[in-house]
Amino acid sequence: MNKFLAENIVSIKPSGIRKFFDIVSEMKDAISLGVGEPDFDTPWHIREEGIYSLEKGKTFYTSNSGLKDLRQEISNFIKRTRGVSYCPDNEILVTVGGSEAIDIGFRALINQGDEVLIPQPSYVSYEPCAILAGAVPKIIQLKAENDFRLTPGELLSAITDKTKILVLPYPNNPTGAIMTKDDLSKIAKIIVEKDILVMSDEIYAALTYDGKHSSIVEFEGMKERTLLIEGFSKAYAMTGWRLGYVCGPKEIIAQMTKIHQYAIMCAPTTSQYAAIEALKNGDNDVKEMRTAYNQRRRFLLHRFKEMKLDCFEPYGAFYVFPCIKEFGMTSEEFATKFLQDEKVALVPGTAFGESGEGFLRISYAYSLETLKIAMNKLEHFITKLRQK
Amino acid sequence: MRDELLSIIEKNSRIDLKELAVMLGVGEIDVVNELCALEKEGIICGYHTLINWEKTSIEKVNALIEVRVTPQRGKGFDHIAERIYKYPEVKAVYLISGGYDLLVTLEEKSLKDIAMFVSEKLSGLDSVISTATHFILKKYKDHGTILSVHEEDQREVISP
Repeated sequence: MNKFLAENIVSIKPSGIRKFFDIVSEMKDAISLGVGEPDFDTPWHIREEGIYSLEKGKTFYTSNSGLKDLRQEISNFIKRTRGVSYCPDNEILVTVGGSEAIDIGFRALINQGDEVLIPQPSYVSYEPCAILAGAVPKIIQLKAENDFRLTPGELLSAITDKTKILVLPYPNNPTGAIMTKDDLSKIAKIIVEKDILVMSDEIYAALTYDGKHSSIVEFEGMKERTLLIEGFSKAYAMTGWRLGYVCGPKEIIAQMTKIHQYAIMCAPTTSQYAAIEALKNGDNDVKEMRTAYNQRRRFLLHRFKEMKLDCFEPYGAFYVFPCIKEFGMTSEEFATKFLQDEKVALVPGTAFGESGEGFLRISYAYSLETLKIAMNKLEHFITKLRQK
Repeated sequence: MRDELLSIIEKNSRIDLKELAVMLGVGEIDVVNELCALEKEGIICGYHTLINWEKTSIEKVNALIEVRVTPQRGKGFDHIAERIYKYPEVKAVYLISGGYDLLVTLEEKSLKDIAMFVSEKLSGLDSVISTATHFILKKYKDHGTILSVHEEDQREVISP
């Protein structure tokens, strides 16, 4: 059978998370801190709007690019959060999660052999999606000493004359790192000068704990060379609704819309109606969830300090990324042994790229009670390791 | 800090002070001072426990009573409200806009006790014009907490 399979997909490794998932699923009473989605339910008024749309029989396709009202709300939202105007008619496309936008964004832009710069550790799908689109991925290994931010130096030394796109994944999964306005202004300058594009994945933008999220599109000359990817999953706890969107130059959006039209048709209609409600009346829910995440974030960092576990202070998403290099084990060894000994599942940093070696991703999309128990177990585990 | 502090302890008044300080990102002493201030200012009025009595062997009957009264000259509704809320079996008294004036919630051991309270104590008060008593059959949600439903984490155990 193998001879029939497409070589480019066969050569891609399955997600590193999958392997770990299989071990954890076998263990019944394990506590997991390995989830990359909110623990909150979608706020009821948003769900109610989805249900109501079903009751009214809104069960048909929408236009390819998404409901007009939704695109208008998205435009208003981006204007009020980023200060940049996108035309709902031709600069916004509603997609099946941010993930679809990543995929079709590459497909709309890549010619065989174009280089895509991917800073890692980062979300698992940039590299495979770029490869499937025919790109040559160039990995930028982010460093802990820079708090996993992308520095101008790292960017400059990665750019070649084949470079077409920089992926900018901030606030970052798995490190929780953010880019400040100052960091971004230096990056923006280089991008414009070198005439390349940016795919800015800002799916975690609403979950920023140190002031307001900054976006690269806010800088001079960047709106016309950026695909801004956003969505509802993280901010409004709507992962299962599968709804995201992309804003960008109309020429690129037009090409992406073609792929979307032929591959997907349109994003789920029920989700689109619910999303209108989220954008119109959901600010307070986001604020409440963000406050709760921030309390847990502070709690985890405090516990790390108590157990003298090295971790930089992350200001975004709902992850912390402590360093475990002192124990002389790989991330995977540490995570596997921790799971066996204490029955707590974490994700090894290497699932998000080689530069995640020596780190663990801990999600705080869990109740404080769960986090408390898990941190006690972690303390017990590392105390034992240190005694050896 | 004040708003965030209040919203945490409104949900969990037993939270450890040290933990509270960590969650708020301030010193423990600041939390203690703020709590004292909130108590002194009468913003924090008590630290209660939400109990689902239905799950115990203790019988309790709760009723909501709509009361129409004649306001008294110079005192409005405050005086009559006070005469009602002084009874320890009265759990809450609210002044209400609309079809009636006061909403009284009452907790007693039996239906009979409630009937006795309404007929002998409440209706007998001078300014009370009429009452309508509603018994609570089941509590689904109280003080923002859904009672008796334990929800499991439905997420996949690991996801990217």
